[in-house]
Amino acid sequence: MSDFQPVLLAGIGITDSFTRASYEERGGYAALRQTLTEKKPTDVIDIIKASGLRGRGGAGFPTGLKWTFLPKDHPGPIYLCINADESEPGTFNNRILMEEDPHQVLEGTILSAYATRATTAYIYLRYEYPASWDRMQSAIDECYAAGYLGNKILGSSFSLNIYLHRGAAAYICGEETGLIESLEGKRAWPRIKPPFPAVEGLFHKPTVVNNIETVACVAQIVRRGVDWFRSIGVPSDPANPRDPGSYGPKLYCLSGHVNRPGCYEAPLGITVRELIDRFGGGVWKNRKAKAAIPGGISMGILTEAEFDTPLDFSGPGKVGCLGLGTAAVVVLDETVSMIDFLYNSCRFFAHESCGQCTPCREGTSWSLRMIERIRAGKGRIKDLDLLLEIGTTIGMMPGTTICGLADGAGWPIKNTIKKFRDECEDYVKRTNPTGWMVNEPVPALAIVNGH
Amino acid sequence: MQTVIVNGQEIEIGATDRLNGIQAARRVGVEIPHYCWHPGLSVVASCRMCLVETGTRDKATGKITMVPKLVPACQTPAVDGSVFVTDSDIVKASRARVEEALLIDHPIDCPICDKAGECLLQDYHFEHGQAQRRADIKPFTSRRREVGPTVSLFVDRCVMCTRCVRFTREVSGTSELMVINRGSKEEIDSFPGFPLDNKLAGNVVDLCPVGALGDKDFLYQQRVWFLENQPNVCGGCSTGCSISTEFHQDTVYRLKPRENPHINKWWICDDGRYGWHHLHDPARILSAARSESVSPSNGSEKSPEWSDVVVALRKDLGVAIGPSGKLGVSVSPMLTLEEAWMLCTLAREIDPGAMLAVGYVPSIGSDETFPGGFMIRAEKCPNRLGVEQIVAMFDPSVRSWNDLVSSASNGEITAAWISGGYPFPWIDQTTADAFHTMSCLVVQDLFDSPLTKKAHWRLPSVGFAERAGTWINASHRAQGFSWAIRPPAGVWPEGRLFWNMLGRKGLYDPGVIRREFATGSAALSALFDDIPAHGIDLRISQLASST
Repeated sequence: MSDFQPVLLAGIGITDSFTRASYEERGGYAALRQTLTEKKPTDVIDIIKASGLRGRGGAGFPTGLKWTFLPKDHPGPIYLCINADESEPGTFNNRILMEEDPHQVLEGTILSAYATRATTAYIYLRYEYPASWDRMQSAIDECYAAGYLGNKILGSSFSLNIYLHRGAAAYICGEETGLIESLEGKRAWPRIKPPFPAVEGLFHKPTVVNNIETVACVAQIVRRGVDWFRSIGVPSDPANPRDPGSYGPKLYCLSGHVNRPGCYEAPLGITVRELIDRFGGGVWKNRKAKAAIPGGISMGILTEAEFDTPLDFSGPGKVGCLGLGTAAVVVLDETVSMIDFLYNSCRFFAHESCGQCTPCREGTSWSLRMIERIRAGKGRIKDLDLLLEIGTTIGMMPGTTICGLADGAGWPIKNTIKKFRDECEDYVKRTNPTGWMVNEPVPALAIVNGH
Repeated sequence: MQTVIVNGQEIEIGATDRLNGIQAARRVGVEIPHYCWHPGLSVVASCRMCLVETGTRDKATGKITMVPKLVPACQTPAVDGSVFVTDSDIVKASRARVEEALLIDHPIDCPICDKAGECLLQDYHFEHGQAQRRADIKPFTSRRREVGPTVSLFVDRCVMCTRCVRFTREVSGTSELMVINRGSKEEIDSFPGFPLDNKLAGNVVDLCPVGALGDKDFLYQQRVWFLENQPNVCGGCSTGCSISTEFHQDTVYRLKPRENPHINKWWICDDGRYGWHHLHDPARILSAARSESVSPSNGSEKSPEWSDVVVALRKDLGVAIGPSGKLGVSVSPMLTLEEAWMLCTLAREIDPGAMLAVGYVPSIGSDETFPGGFMIRAEKCPNRLGVEQIVAMFDPSVRSWNDLVSSASNGEITAAWISGGYPFPWIDQTTADAFHTMSCLVVQDLFDSPLTKKAHWRLPSVGFAERAGTWINASHRAQGFSWAIRPPAGVWPEGRLFWNMLGRKGLYDPGVIRREFATGSAALSALFDDIPAHGIDLRISQLASST
């Protein structure tokens, strides 16, 4: 691993890395030129399938397989949506890619569109990324000028238009069907599935939604080949025939209580400890780490003892977390109160719940109000059980919601209460010495305002 | 043949049936609770109340594979081999949690809520909820917001099923309602400057499963458990929507749509919904009256007894016609088939050469159609086609109201019987003047008009909820109905008067009359048997009898 050279981030630090000239100097767009003249769209799909590339947006679904779900011989249009609504707390790798090397993203987008036969691509950009907006838009303009976009790209029969769409700052727009609804100009309420977007997505047409980092990987795979990609990462587990493996480089977003937070490229499968020590320069202020979020708060939480978990697609799942997610590692040092962590995470999800499904809408808000009361010194041990019940009963996995937001809201709650139960109980007993043991329901309905 | 298994019970569904889990379960009498799903609206599967366990049975092996999580029954199609389990512990626990969640922010102000008694939140909580409240959210508000001229929103009672929002988008096509804010703070609201003001607006109140949307016309008027209801047909236009008249002690409080897949589906328009107030209008004609010109006043202003009216009317008309005169009768399209037939029969008894005409057919504007297929017709009477059929049985030339008016002007007729029953002003002075020369003019109507001022006999008429009989709507669908409330004291419905004038014994029975004219008319022969709840399409039965 020591000889690993960054690929996706290779352009970072180079002067004017965001320009077409700089990208072409580094070998950019050669693969696109070659593909358009020598390869068929299905060849590109075969390459991506063979590479084992899994979506970098959070769910880790195999990208090549997703593309094959598109109906064959569809008269079109087929849409490609690039998800740049990077809203998972702690995640910022898409921003780095878009700000520092937008042409890598665009080349990947064009190649993905070629593979999926999409002639229109939308890049759904998070509202809070004005610099990304500027850099992406000028990069798109440069591409049109150079003939990489528009009609009959580079003399081939392939045409593509890319539109940069700026969202209005909602977490739920990162859910692929929420994104599609938002693109259509509607409230971003995730759709019920089936039909899946590949069958009926944007404007009722077949649609593929891919993450920014995923298409950047596509560009590199097409340029460097399948073997290069498969030489990096963790091969599939022979004991589990359903494990597609975790190949390729990954952009880890390291933040929190480390000396050098930042976006680092490493082979999939690096452990949290390696990440903190090798890239992050250790825990700050000479303190010890207490816990870490493996991939955005919706993935749950790792205790310090679990820091040797490999951060590949199946690693965090082995220690009770949801998965790799966006590979946003947030380190919490020993001074952090887990109740505060819980409060922060509940507040986020209560604020971002779209409000469509009852269990998520009310569950996230109830859990927040419960945590607020605990922090106000009126907690009860019973509340921890209630929180745990909310955490385990809301979400797509138990089937009580349409999308995965509620699962994301549930994982930090159930992970924290299970893994840090003692600390939580201590907190409740310490802050509410007279009432922590109360078990009766709290009387409700003090005031009725008539109308 | 397709088999669906609900709670271990096998049911067969037709090959063309497109049912979801809720509908399939209903076929075996299993009710799956739901808020957001409605058969007339798109599926959003967001309330999560209808979560059930599902699976599929392999046709070859008979092995059942269950889905390892809960799924919404509304979103799950019931196809061959579908398995639904609606009564397992995990399903029950899930329902209890959804009920609990919905009640966290709910004001629980049932004592002052109009919906109490017909509220799904109440019913489902009773059936599926938890006995104890675990949430300790204390203060709440009970805000009221006007979303339109006829509808109020009680914001905090809402369970965010979004039926109302989908209705305005999919059925009325007006899109006034929307969801504002996010998460547990979200609310229903109208777009600024665009209040909920369309002709189907009242349906959102029916759709609301809880007490969030209130109909200002009904608000605080009556507790729903006092209401009785009678299947009825709206007389507002020739669409003839199936409705339920909800009343208490002979007072109507509201009208609700009655599901009829052939006519109005689940909806009615606001014109019809609020079109019952004329029933209780104090200006209604409430007694029979005979003017002096026919019978010189003996100083008594007392209205005649109905038993005397039955005799005197016949006598007066007979005298007025004499040996050379002619009776003209206008058969109102507000009358039922039975009433129309009796009136025609009666007219021909009094004067075998009587001229029969279809009464004034009111028409306002043009037909209005809505994106969901609902139609409000310009023809503001329920039974023009039916009255035409009846009149045709007596006179194939089927004269119109205008024919009758010109016959009156040119002296072709010397006496006239004008049946009305219009709930709105319908005749102007000039038209009424055409009947100036009548030696006996009988006018039967709901309200006074220039014509009743000229009448020798002014008789009361009744409204749709006070009639019984059959109407044929603009799509040739015949619907039978009975009266919901009794007419005001002193008023005989047309049917009763005609029945008695024809010398029939006992109480007016529309069924007897219907079978009589059904025997005599090929077009109406399908009405011989009892009419099903959704009515009967006369064109189809005519086709069947002609082939």
